[in-house]
Amino acid sequence: MKITVCIGSSCHLKGARQVVEQLQYLIAENNLKNDVELGGTFCMGNCQKGVCVTLDDKPFSLTPENTKEFFQEKILKKNA
Amino acid sequence: MRKFDTKVQHLKYKVLREVARQAWNDKLLQTITDIPKMLVPGKDATMRCCVYKERAILAERVKMAMGGDISNPNVIEVIDIACDECPMGGYEVTNACRGCLAHRCEDVCRRGAISFDAQLKAHIDKVKCVECGACAKVCPYSAIANNKRPCENACKVKAIVSTGNGNAVSIASEKCIACGACAYQCPFGAITDKSFILNVIDLIKRSDNNQKYKVYAVVAPSVSSQFAYAKLGQVVSGIKELGFFAVVEAALGADMTAYAEAAELAEKGFLESSCCPAFTDYVRKQFPTLARHISNNLSPMAVIARYIKETSPDARVVFIGPCTAKKAEFQKKEVRPYVDSVITFEELQALFDSKDVDITVLSEDLLDNASYFGRIFARSGGLSDAVRQGLKERGLEKFDYKPVVCDGIEACRTALLKAAKNISDGNFIEGMACLGGCIGGAGCLTHGDKNKSDVDKYGMTAFEKTISDAIGVLK
Repeated sequence: MKITVCIGSSCHLKGARQVVEQLQYLIAENNLKNDVELGGTFCMGNCQKGVCVTLDDKPFSLTPENTKEFFQEKILKKNA
Repeated sequence: MRKFDTKVQHLKYKVLREVARQAWNDKLLQTITDIPKMLVPGKDATMRCCVYKERAILAERVKMAMGGDISNPNVIEVIDIACDECPMGGYEVTNACRGCLAHRCEDVCRRGAISFDAQLKAHIDKVKCVECGACAKVCPYSAIANNKRPCENACKVKAIVSTGNGNAVSIASEKCIACGACAYQCPFGAITDKSFILNVIDLIKRSDNNQKYKVYAVVAPSVSSQFAYAKLGQVVSGIKELGFFAVVEAALGADMTAYAEAAELAEKGFLESSCCPAFTDYVRKQFPTLARHISNNLSPMAVIARYIKETSPDARVVFIGPCTAKKAEFQKKEVRPYVDSVITFEELQALFDSKDVDITVLSEDLLDNASYFGRIFARSGGLSDAVRQGLKERGLEKFDYKPVVCDGIEACRTALLKAAKNISDGNFIEGMACLGGCIGGAGCLTHGDKNKSDVDKYGMTAFEKTISDAIGVLK
C-alpha cells in the first residue's frame, strides 16, 4: 500500500505535518513498515479539500483529527 | 511604483518581455528581426548615436534573451557593440587640483610617483603608480579620481579583461564566477546574463496544462524583498497564472541543507557553505586547496528539486531567484537531473507582463513550506543562524560553533586567506558572493535598505518555527 500526503503550502497550513507524523506513528505502532509506504508530494491540485491524501491513488481528505480513524478504517481493516 | 533600480534593467526587461510575448504566441520566428524596431520605433535616437546602433544593440539583447552564444559556456556575456569603452586610466589628477602647498599626495605616495609642474599642480607617473589610491584619499580637494571601468570595479575576482582604452572589455571565464556584479553595474548594459526564459515557456507549453508532466516553480526566499508593489501571495498566484502547477519554497531546501550541514560540520570540524554557487566556484578557482572543505550537500535549490523529482517523477523544476550564478549551477552534472531551468526575478517580471498578468489584481495564494531558519537564508548571516539551530536540534550544542559570516567576495577572500594559512578564527565559513547575501543578487528587480528586514519579517510568518518541524513532513 502506498499513502501519499500532500505537503504543499495549503495542506501544510491545514496540518499536513501532523497528519504525516500520526501516520508515521501508527505505521510503526502496528508494525506495518514493510506493508505501507508513506510519501509526500507538493500539491495534488485539490487545495480546498486539504489535507489531501491518496491511498493507492484513491483520494481522501484528512484532518489531523480524523487521521487515526482513516488509518483504522482503510488500512488496518484491509491488512487484518 | 518603482519596478527596477536602473533604466538598463528596464531596457533588458522590455526585450525579455517582447521575446516572451512572441514565444507564447508561437510568433518568435517570424518577428524576431522586428523586435528591435518595435522597441525603438521612429527616427530619433534616445540612447545612442543613432537609432540604427540602438537597434543593432537591441538585436544583440534579443539574442541574449534567447539564450546567447551557445558556444560560450559562461552565462555572463559581453555585448561588444554596447560597451562604451569607457576610460580606464586608473588614478588621475583632475583639474580640481589647486596646486596647494601641503602636497599630502606626494608624502603619502610610497612609490614616488607624484611630481609637480610649474603651477605646482600634481601629476602621476603611470610607470611608477601601483593604483593603491592613497593619494586620492588624502587630497583635501578630492582632486584625484579613479578612472576605472565600473565593470572592473564591480568584479572582485578580476575576471574583467580590458585591453586598453578604446577597446571593449571581455570576460576571463576561467576566473568568472557568474555572480553578475558587472552586469548589474555596467551603466550601458553591455554585460548581461543569458536568459533561459524560452526554455521555461517551452516547458510550460509542452506540459499541456500540466497534464503531460507537472512544472514546479521553486522560489528563493529573497522573493520576500522583491515585487514590493504587490503582496507575496499575489506573486505566487501570478506564477501559477503563467502555467506552473505548484510553487514551492526553496527555503524548505535550505532547512534540509542546514540540518545536514550541521551534522557534517560536527563530524568534520571545519566547513565551507555550499549554498552560494558563485562562492563555491570562487573557492574552486582561487583556493583549490580549500575546495575539499566545501560542504558535500547540494544547494537548497538542488536539494528541494531532488525531493520534488523523487516524490513526483513526472515533475519538471524551474528555479526562480535573484541569482545569475544559479544559471551556471543548474547546468552542472550533479544538479542537472533535478533542476530543468533557472530564471531571475527580473525575468519573472518580464514573463508576467508578456502574458499581461497584473499580479496586483490577483487574489493571494499561499506559500508556506519552510521554517523561519530556511527563510532567512536569503540574507547574510541567515545560513549561520540556521546551522546553529541545526546543531541545537540535533543535540550537538556542545560543538564549539564559530561561524565566519562573509558577504561579498572581498570578505570571502579574507576568510579564505586566513583559512589557507590555518589562522581562521572560525570553523564554518558562510560564503555569499553578493553584498548582503542573496537579497543583493544581480537578478533582483530592486535593491534597498529594507530588504533585510523584509526577509526577517517573512521568516517570522513561517508556520513552522523549527527546522525539524519543517522537514518533518519529508520523511
